[in-house]
Amino acid sequence: MSWGFLCDLLSGVNKYATGIGRIWVAVVFIFRLLVYIVAAENIWKYEHDEFECNIKQPGCENVCFDHFFPVSHIRLWALQLIMVFTPSLLVVFHVAYRENREKHRNQKLYKSPGEIDGGLLCTYLISLILKTGFEIVFLILFYKLYNGFEVPRLVRCDVRPCPSTVDCYISKPTEKMIFLYFLVSTSCLCIVLNLSELSYLTFKHSIKCYLKRYIKKRQ
Amino acid sequence: MDWGALHTILGGVNKHSTSIGKIWLTVLFIFRIMILVVAAERVWGDEQDDFICNTLQPGCKNVCYDHFFPISHIRLWALQLIFVSTPALLVAMHVAYRRHEKKRQFRKGDQKCEYKDIEEIRKQRFHIEGSLWWTYTSSIFFRLVFEAVFMYAFYFMYDGFRMPRLMKCNAWPCPNTVDCFVSRPTEKTVFTIFMIAVSSICILLNVAELCYLLTKFFLRRSKKAGKPKQHPNHENKEETKQNEMNELISDSCQNTVIGFSS
Repeated sequence: MSWGFLCDLLSGVNKYATGIGRIWVAVVFIFRLLVYIVAAENIWKYEHDEFECNIKQPGCENVCFDHFFPVSHIRLWALQLIMVFTPSLLVVFHVAYRENREKHRNQKLYKSPGEIDGGLLCTYLISLILKTGFEIVFLILFYKLYNGFEVPRLVRCDVRPCPSTVDCYISKPTEKMIFLYFLVSTSCLCIVLNLSELSYLTFKHSIKCYLKRYIKKRQ
Repeated sequence: MDWGALHTILGGVNKHSTSIGKIWLTVLFIFRIMILVVAAERVWGDEQDDFICNTLQPGCKNVCYDHFFPISHIRLWALQLIFVSTPALLVAMHVAYRRHEKKRQFRKGDQKCEYKDIEEIRKQRFHIEGSLWWTYTSSIFFRLVFEAVFMYAFYFMYDGFRMPRLMKCNAWPCPNTVDCFVSRPTEKTVFTIFMIAVSSICILLNVAELCYLLTKFFLRRSKKAGKPKQHPNHENKEETKQNEMNELISDSCQNTVIGFSS
């Protein structure tokens, strides 16, 4: 069980997405997941071993690390990727439900089970809203937990059992900051893509509804 | 999801590329991604553990390492490879869009549509002309820009491409100017020069491909301007023959590309 499992699930989603949705999938796969796996994971791999405090007091380093990194950046990143992927599964389930219904009733109920209209449109819009919501929540969480997106070189720690205020040094702070900014920019790009897709679909279908009503009235 | 997945995604684009584009893709996967995964990552694997400073002052090593390596070579290469590969997706998206349109035409029963079934549409290879030419050329242009930007960033960040054995560091909390020793500097220099050389080759291939596409474009335009009544099928047959030859060459190239995963 690894990222491959999620990838397989999500390549199925691509089939039912709009053009913007497919760009979103490409951005998430390549600029977020691939970057996470081939680059970011290795930067944070030994973060605890390389976290060094200017003290020999046993336990001080552990306690200070825990104080400054309640949840590691990389774990938050992974959680964010998982949470952002999962609303797309709502669409997959709905399409599967449609296909199942057609099979059971042995008649064509839908023009094409994957076409985004009616109930599937609502599901798709909800999934877009949820994706955007999760992105924003995680960005705010990152900001609040770490006081911005900067990674300092030095943190001052005075948690027990450290006997006084102790200097603790974080490993690779610049590299971590670069990748954090990369994560933030790709999240923002994904938020923009989701919002454009949301407005596009809402606009398209309101025009469709309006035209249908107009034609009915004329008849 | 790893480099193998990128290989699968880009492999699809290969069908619609020119011969130079196919060579570029092969060079990218064998001489850059594969070298990165099987060799370079091991060389840089212990870079911080074996970065040793001549001091016992806690924190000095961390700070000096961060000062001299704001972003590791290996991460910069990984980002470079990702950014350089992605313009090809523009072409993949354009092709997918064209296929979608043809499928829609086919389903509507359009008489203009010349395909017998959907499978034929799926397997069809599009010639690089019209709007696809513009997409393809833009993708090559972006590739060139990304390659150049990353090479410059490399040169700027590391003052050249050589990895020194010794660095002198006086960042706080180091008590004075401290000697810090990099692990495996010669091996790192060799790999850095190798990766830069292969990047340069890729830049040359991209420039050659760009020139080839522009030349073809202007020749086609001048032919159209000079001989407006030329039979359309004649040109298409010649192009189809050339494309078939390209496909044969690329297929034999593809068979020698070994699939891999990190």
